Amino acid sequence: MIRLNQLVKRYGRFTAVDGIDLAVPSGELFGFLGPNGAGKTTTFRMIAGILRPTSGTIEIGGIDINRRPLEAKARLGFIPDRPFVYDKLTGAEFLRFAAALYGQQGPRVERRIDELLELFELTRWKNELTESYSHGMRQKLIISGALVHRPEVIVVDEPMIGLDPRSARLLKDLFRQFVDRGGTVLMSTHTLEVAETMCDRIAIVNGGKIVASGTMSEIQEQTSSQHLGLEDLFLKLTGGMRDHQLDAILGA
Amino acid sequence: MPSSAPDRVTPQKPVQPSLWALLTPKWRSALARGNQDQGDSRVRALLLGVVGLLFWLAVFGIAFRVLRYLRSVDEIGNLMAGKVLDVILLAFLSILLLSNIITALSTFFLAKDLDLLVAAPVGGVRFYIAKLAETVVHSSWMVALLALPIFTAYGIVYSGGFLFPFVALAAVIPYLILPAVVGTAVTLVLVNIFPARRTRELLGLIATGTVVIVVVSLRFLRPEQLAQPEGFQNLVDYLAVLRTPTSPLLPSEWTAAMVMNWLLQVADPWPVIKLWGTAAIAIGIGAVIHRRLYSLGFSKAQEGAERKVRRPLRGPVSRLLSSQSPSKREFILKDLRLFFRDNTQWSQLILLAVLLMVYLFNIQSLPLHSGERVPFRLVTVISFLNLGLAGFVLAAVAARFIFPGISLEGRQMWLLRSSPLDPRSMLWSKYWIGTVPLLVLALIITVFTNWLLDASAFMMTVAVGTIVLYTLAAGALALSFGALYPQFGTENAAQIPTSFGGLVYMMSSLCLLALIILIEAVPVTDYLRDQRYAQQPVGITPDLVAAGVAVVAVCAAATIIPLHVGLRRVEMMEW
Repeated sequence: MIRLNQLVKRYGRFTAVDGIDLAVPSGELFGFLGPNGAGKTTTFRMIAGILRPTSGTIEIGGIDINRRPLEAKARLGFIPDRPFVYDKLTGAEFLRFAAALYGQQGPRVERRIDELLELFELTRWKNELTESYSHGMRQKLIISGALVHRPEVIVVDEPMIGLDPRSARLLKDLFRQFVDRGGTVLMSTHTLEVAETMCDRIAIVNGGKIVASGTMSEIQEQTSSQHLGLEDLFLKLTGGMRDHQLDAILGA
Repeated sequence: MPSSAPDRVTPQKPVQPSLWALLTPKWRSALARGNQDQGDSRVRALLLGVVGLLFWLAVFGIAFRVLRYLRSVDEIGNLMAGKVLDVILLAFLSILLLSNIITALSTFFLAKDLDLLVAAPVGGVRFYIAKLAETVVHSSWMVALLALPIFTAYGIVYSGGFLFPFVALAAVIPYLILPAVVGTAVTLVLVNIFPARRTRELLGLIATGTVVIVVVSLRFLRPEQLAQPEGFQNLVDYLAVLRTPTSPLLPSEWTAAMVMNWLLQVADPWPVIKLWGTAAIAIGIGAVIHRRLYSLGFSKAQEGAERKVRRPLRGPVSRLLSSQSPSKREFILKDLRLFFRDNTQWSQLILLAVLLMVYLFNIQSLPLHSGERVPFRLVTVISFLNLGLAGFVLAAVAARFIFPGISLEGRQMWLLRSSPLDPRSMLWSKYWIGTVPLLVLALIITVFTNWLLDASAFMMTVAVGTIVLYTLAAGALALSFGALYPQFGTENAAQIPTSFGGLVYMMSSLCLLALIILIEAVPVTDYLRDQRYAQQPVGITPDLVAAGVAVVAVCAAATIIPLHVGLRRVEMMEW
């Protein structure tokens, strides 16, 4: 499970994340939605231990990541929004390295690597340098890297970008089965249909704060908007319902 | 009645952005970086300022003393001063050429702003000049910084007057532009000949080859002849050699001539005409080459990355590291793979080997082996000079191979920081993977050169002990300065050591080297003298013990403190 308690991140005078409280129990797929610059990626990077919070606590599987970072990180699989990998490693070498970072090695890891590459249809490119991979292939490789050590919790930032429809479907099934087996997934996405169909609960963030949280019907209830779908709810909560002066931009 | 279709603004000829507008993001970014640093690093900036000033003063002091001496020598003094400037500028020119070839690849073909600029309706000449200006600044600032105290010394010793800085600037600007134009043109041609992004790697090899040729050629000019007038038949021969231009077709010669003409009040417009005329013509030719070749080259530079793996590096290397934990072992293997698969990285080893050979050749060429009895003082001075030079070589090697360690993780740091890899393990792996080969190199240089110098067993022991301690400290300094001044955005590993942090590291490690030599010089010289002239065996003196303890303490501090600071920095790093 993931628990965020009054999480704050400030960059000088700018507050990117402003007192977020969140609890995602085991067996749940949680959607983290918000407009650009709302603080989603900052929150995720703090959960992954890449950014240090200004204040507040983060627990992964009941372990505070600031107090016992190595133990907390050992339970986590992080998938960033941009798939940067080492250009001069092959796909298999990258996964072997990713497993080793979690202290795993040997024949079981090799089998696991083969399974993951097979699952994501990367077996053909297993021994080729990742610099020749497309964006989508790199994305699939880092997803494999996050799964190679069998994490309890997956934190995934914009997983569908760059994936073809087949891979996107595969990923949806994978995350669903992962939570059905007791895992936890915290996912951010701009594709609201994905959030609506996949997530058990959703939080909508704006200006670094959670403005609504719960199941779809709970959010509808909180906002007294039973008739609205997720897209309209999102726009209502994040101030995107304004009429845009498009004529001025496109020409009268 | 409003139209349903948007208005299309399609002027016949698009208005070109000004050159200033094209360069604005660059200087604004530099300004923003400077402002960002102000908040948390006042002490750091002060420290840098002090170290920089000390280094600058040292260069100025040496140049000043040499020039003042030369000025006092009748007949040949001024000629020698001109020759020295010419040789210095020639050496800088080779560095500039290499630096420009490497930099031009980044600025013209790999930079992140290129997609935006190439897609915009920016004219070829404007684009070329903007990128050329960027290339000149990136590739030349360090040389300009080094040249500043040297030119200042010339100006003061030869009473150049208040206009001298402007004359020097007018001489240096075309001197910096010319290698940038040539380097850019070479890069442009190469990118077109060798398709694909691998040009970057090929360029590494070619640039290395160029430097090797330049270094070897310079060495075979045997500049030491100029310091040995007794080797010439008579003064007329010697003067003739001094008056003969070393490289009449190179801008270094013209720049030196322009500066010396001003200082010696010689009215000769030719160097000025040659410098500025050639620079103007070169830019024109460069712009034409750019217009012809850039579009295709840029397109090719985006294509076809390497697929196949060379050097899988498993088996023996993996077994050698079997005692390490999986994370440390794979981390080291990963670094080795990345190093040996990237031509821009491993090709530097060739350059290193050549520089090493030239260094050893120089030691062997010293007049110590001419058969004459060499004064004791000279042998001791040379032994320490050798220690200093070996230390300098090692500091430079560490700058090239250890300093970029943290920066090279850059965009992949998300993986390391989100995993349970202890930052200490990461730093540990980076330290030893860089320092162990450096130690081997240090021992080879020291033992071999001391053997060539026919040093005593005592001097050999002192040199080996000192260089081992110094290498451990230089490795730690390189790694920690690399962590303090990371260059995560750099597209080219070869550029990382030329960053500001790289310069600060070099100055710090050279200050450490100077301190070590300062501590050792007197007690070791005293001991060697006693050993040479005493009738009976000489024991270890208290001064010697004190010096040894001091050196160990200084080196231990220079190893442990930087590693600790580097670790703290890595732990606090955010992406």
